[in-house]
Amino acid sequence: MPGKLKAKIVAGRHLPVMDRASDLTDAFVEVKFGNTTFKTDVYPKSLNPQWNSEWFKFEVDDEDLQDEPLQITVLDHDTYSANDAIGKVYIDIDPLLCSEAATVISGWLPIYDTIHGIRGEINVLVKVDLFNDLNRFRQSSCGVKFFCTTSIPRCYRAVMVHGFVEELVVNEDPEYQWIDRIRTPRASNEARQRLIFLMSGELQRKIGLKVLEMGGNAVVGYLQCFDLEGESGLVVRAIGTACTLEKISTLPATATNPSNSSPSKDMKEPGFGEEAPGVPLSSGPPTPLRAQTFSSFSPSKSYSRQSSSSDTELSLTPKTGMGSGGSAGKEAGPLKALLRQQTQSALEQREYPFFTLTAFPSGFLLHVGGVVSARSVKLLDRIHNPDEPETRDAWWEEIRQEIKSHAKALGCHAVVGYSESTSICEEVCILSASGTAAILSSRFMQDGPLDTEHRFEEVVSPGCGFCHIPYDELNIPFPAQLTYCYCCRRYKVPDVLFTTIDLPTEANVNGKGCLIQARLCRTKKKAQGEVNATAISNLLPFLEYELHTQLMNKLKLRGMNALFGLRIQISVGETMLLGLASATGVYLTALPSPGGIQIAGKTPSDITYEQHISNMQKKINDTIAKNKELYEINPPEVVEEIIGSPIPEPRQRSRLFRSHSESSDEVSELDLSHGKKDAFVLEIDDTDAVEDIHALLTDSPTPAGFYSCNTEIMPGIQNWTSAIQMFTSVRVFRLNNVNLSNQGLNKIFSDLCENLLKSLYFKLRSMVPCCLCHLNFTVAIPEDELIQVAVTAVAMSFDKEQPLENGKQSGEKTLKKAITENDEQLQFNLELNAETSSSNPLSSPKGLSEVGSHPSARAPSVDYSSFADRCSSWIEQLKLKAHTIRRGSVKTTSSLEKASPLPEGRSRSLRSNRSYSGSSVAVVKMTPLSFIPGAKIIKYLGIINMFFIRETTSLREEGGVSGFLHTFIAEVFAMVRAHVAALGGNAVVSYSMKECVFMENPNKNQAQCLINVSGDAVIFVRESELELTSVQPQSATTQTSNGGEGT
Amino acid sequence: MSMELDVFVGNTTVLDEDVYQLWLDGHSVTDAVTIRVEAGALQECEANAEVLHSDTMDQFRTFQMCERLLQSPSKLANQLLFQIPPHRQTMLIERYYEFDSAFAREVLGKKLSKGTKKDLDDISSKTGIALKSCRRQFDNFKRVFKVVEELKGPLVENIQRHFLLSDVLARDYAAIVFFANSRFETGKRKLQYLSFQDFAFCAGQLISYWTVGAVDNMMEDMDVDLEKEFLHDLKDLKVLVNDKDMLDQHKSLVCAQLRGKIKVFSEMEASFKNLSRALVNIASKLTHTKDVRDLFIDLVEKFIEPCRSDKWTIGDLRLFLTHYSSSVHTLEAFRHQVIWDRYMGVIKSCILKMYHD
Repeated sequence: MPGKLKAKIVAGRHLPVMDRASDLTDAFVEVKFGNTTFKTDVYPKSLNPQWNSEWFKFEVDDEDLQDEPLQITVLDHDTYSANDAIGKVYIDIDPLLCSEAATVISGWLPIYDTIHGIRGEINVLVKVDLFNDLNRFRQSSCGVKFFCTTSIPRCYRAVMVHGFVEELVVNEDPEYQWIDRIRTPRASNEARQRLIFLMSGELQRKIGLKVLEMGGNAVVGYLQCFDLEGESGLVVRAIGTACTLEKISTLPATATNPSNSSPSKDMKEPGFGEEAPGVPLSSGPPTPLRAQTFSSFSPSKSYSRQSSSSDTELSLTPKTGMGSGGSAGKEAGPLKALLRQQTQSALEQREYPFFTLTAFPSGFLLHVGGVVSARSVKLLDRIHNPDEPETRDAWWEEIRQEIKSHAKALGCHAVVGYSESTSICEEVCILSASGTAAILSSRFMQDGPLDTEHRFEEVVSPGCGFCHIPYDELNIPFPAQLTYCYCCRRYKVPDVLFTTIDLPTEANVNGKGCLIQARLCRTKKKAQGEVNATAISNLLPFLEYELHTQLMNKLKLRGMNALFGLRIQISVGETMLLGLASATGVYLTALPSPGGIQIAGKTPSDITYEQHISNMQKKINDTIAKNKELYEINPPEVVEEIIGSPIPEPRQRSRLFRSHSESSDEVSELDLSHGKKDAFVLEIDDTDAVEDIHALLTDSPTPAGFYSCNTEIMPGIQNWTSAIQMFTSVRVFRLNNVNLSNQGLNKIFSDLCENLLKSLYFKLRSMVPCCLCHLNFTVAIPEDELIQVAVTAVAMSFDKEQPLENGKQSGEKTLKKAITENDEQLQFNLELNAETSSSNPLSSPKGLSEVGSHPSARAPSVDYSSFADRCSSWIEQLKLKAHTIRRGSVKTTSSLEKASPLPEGRSRSLRSNRSYSGSSVAVVKMTPLSFIPGAKIIKYLGIINMFFIRETTSLREEGGVSGFLHTFIAEVFAMVRAHVAALGGNAVVSYSMKECVFMENPNKNQAQCLINVSGDAVIFVRESELELTSVQPQSATTQTSNGGEGT
Repeated sequence: MSMELDVFVGNTTVLDEDVYQLWLDGHSVTDAVTIRVEAGALQECEANAEVLHSDTMDQFRTFQMCERLLQSPSKLANQLLFQIPPHRQTMLIERYYEFDSAFAREVLGKKLSKGTKKDLDDISSKTGIALKSCRRQFDNFKRVFKVVEELKGPLVENIQRHFLLSDVLARDYAAIVFFANSRFETGKRKLQYLSFQDFAFCAGQLISYWTVGAVDNMMEDMDVDLEKEFLHDLKDLKVLVNDKDMLDQHKSLVCAQLRGKIKVFSEMEASFKNLSRALVNIASKLTHTKDVRDLFIDLVEKFIEPCRSDKWTIGDLRLFLTHYSSSVHTLEAFRHQVIWDRYMGVIKSCILKMYHD
């Protein structure tokens, strides 16, 4: 029994009126953990009850601590009838189980009811005393840290990256149990919420156990998903990357490394050696486009329930990649080849050499092959034995095997930026997995001392190394154009590169990037069972192929040559399939300049037709030119003399010796001399293609001052200001006309996305110049004729004027900005009263420096509040004096105003503060990114993983579907913020809304929505503050961060 | 084919001040979109009508959701649903409580009960202010009135404290509450030329100098009512017109001061006794509630109109009132100097404020 959970119920506020007669409420609280329940006294007749309860103590196993949430229910006492529930709060106590995360949960948390939404707030205190348990056979995994962030968290260092962890848990969905017919919607929603809390707790514990087994202490890139399979059950599954992390001692590091705001600088390490020539001898053309399509074909073949012969799938994959890299290496540098083999074997030992990370410590990612993906269509059936979810496991295993084999085909031993997803419609389920085939360095993957190895490791020049092809030029199973790297001129690179990872920070990029989307809608006949599944799997390859063609065209149209953060979502409905591919296009200087797009007609005889084509061609060329200007892409002119000279002789020879491939020689020469010749040819042979080209050109450019991307960082922008705005936007579109052609549907879908983007730009126009980062689109087909698009992203402002070289100036600027910000904060703090002990002493550096120098962590805040109290009372006094003067004297009022020593606004706010003893609400920032511009994350407090259901039977009264969902999303945000603030945090990073399932029945005036969000709760401090406080003890800094940040 | 659902939610609540104003003014979404188009919103950010409509809908919805909080502004600061920076909160509250002078002028002095609400339709059509906006403004008046009606202490401060309004706005509300409480007559045709700001100024004067709170700040009493004792004492001023000697002496003192300084000297000389009598009579009658209500109509009928018909300039009037009130100090027989000053201080500034076309 290794844990004691303690909870104290302090007070409530803003409670709803439960007794119509008195307009008041007699509230009490039930605190439940596992099977133990405690109750507070009834606090009669108040909407702001002060329970001030004793400490309720639960003595529990740490297994339970991990699985169970603390459940707090607020009720209205009723003498004659049953007590009415006001609402509930679920508290995930996992963050308290890890010594490095939060130590206490304390603060105002919204009381939530699935029917009425937020109904007041409750102030609670929760603590955990953990006893050490050295039992080797324990079932708990307390202390394993979880991060949603898909890179090594900011204040940690990766000692080792162990690899892929996955787990899934299955249960019956309470909504579909027989009992649901007799219980209230509220009861069934709560049963569901509780179950999902339990399941995710269990899942996390199980994954933690696996991590401990592997010898790790953390999971990075933790991705948890729900599959609401309806009748057949509820699946909660998660994947992640097990790591051993080590905390970087905070302050000294900070002082020396102030460039944290731009994440790109963070991981940069000096001293990369030159790569010895000839190591990655492999050569072979990878057009990831084709790699992709190719990979997609195979999975669709095995849709059936019985995990059909995996042999066939593998046989589709030419067994090439693996050996070639190694054998080629032997000829050139035996030592390195050996190391490489070691790495490979180390990776091969793993079942799945997958990594959910999308950004890597420098030197970890060596080469990138291209996107690999696999999909499979399955028919759902009831999960008979939830404890042995074999079928679901087997399904995923199948897919992962396939991914693995695709990676091998690309000569890669690992898959990075890996993710899994599902789309369910009735009994059909599409499972998808995708990632980027890559070759990783062994540096973080082997035990033992690393430094010696590090020296010999093949370290490629950082700017282009990852672009060099990892596969064998000869055995590549698809045709592609290869050229010598435009940076180092030594190794082969593909003409385009598609990846699912973030742009490596060290990559050489020309100009800025932009969001590129391919959108596709395909009708499908209504069908049942196997027929339906077959139909879908037959459609899938075409869908993917078209998505890729679109992506490729749009990429070329923007004059770019690489895609990062590629995410392809395929959503299935009863009568259609939706495909949405989003990625961030960039121009990598290492890759050849993309040729233009050339249009060719099949029937050149007709003159008007010719003219039409040439018109279109002109339009396209103009667009490309315009885009190049817009994204500031100015590829350096390729100078002729370069040919041949920097390319090391031995390589040439060796290549010739291997294959004597004239073709490849030709290609490279062609490319070097002329960029235009490899123009992408679009054939207009039917009306479809014409439509496609039109669609291509109708994509409206981002308005001036805006940039957009779906990755963590935008190349070419570094000077972020601290203004960030995270948002979620949801749209549902109804197609009334069922008999639409594919083209018509495409247009509707595309317009929907385009208009949504336009609306976002318009909404956020006050932030210009600004970049929408991590634009994450999710599409769904909630009903037959509905298309739902949800977007979560963050808008970040940046300073336009400042050129990149002027780092110093920028520092000053941000400092200045920070100072003014601090001034605001000072006001803010005073305004919102000193009573909150969490007030921020250091953010108001001016008058309060004496306080900040306090050595103890707790003391300063107390001091500060009293100081502020004094301060405000002093101001009050002055005010009072001024007031008396006014009253007493006979002069006119206007002249007397001046007697008041303070500007009006401030004195007023102080007064307001006196009357509302209420505490201020700490500002909590939210962002889908892993960092906060201009700030340093000093502590990770734990993972936030919340699941809410909201239902209404009075849809019209709540403002219709939009009103209903608007409120619900706002409520979810509020609850996330409140829980983060209660953990002592001031921001959520890597925030994502993973599920937003919306169902409506307007005829019955009903609607229901499920939302699942996750992220990492953190404490951050402004860099400017860090500079101010860097001399002070660390404890002071920690304290600082507790205060609200004012923006 | 239609947009079934369309929402945008920011972690920091996105608020457009211009759209907020349109919402406050009681426009429908369609009207608001038209107005925005006319204002050139389409030029911004390459927007189209659809975008604008969606944005307007969304903003209106947000404001509607906030409205509940705005009605008790103190809640806005510690609610969790909307993350709004403090200065934006202040803006929201301030704008929500701002009102049209034209509307306030109509309601001024009327009972803020349900009966009047039915008249909102009339006011709306008379002033051209949308009914929705009228309703909001009226409800604001009523809400503020209800809260501060029974509170002790300075009126303006009470309003500021409970509704977190700026000093200027709180003063205006104080005037409205004060007028509604004392039910001053403002609707008569002769008073139509006076604006809300004229009355608000007068109310400020009355609150500052004629209420209980005006005398002793520490006294925890209501600011809403005029001080009974003071009104009673005003009767003593009658001696100024009833005592023939004193009246003559007063007149000669004033004439001596003003000779050659004002253009309307002869008119003044002729009507001095009437004017003085008017002012003093008004003072002495203030013990009756009915006469308190008629304070402004009396001032206009008995003092301002005679002056106006004699074409006094405002400068002449100011000089006259100054000397009229100060020369009383030299009347040795007169012993109510304090009361006189307290009375005339307010009357003088009110008259000067009200003396225009």
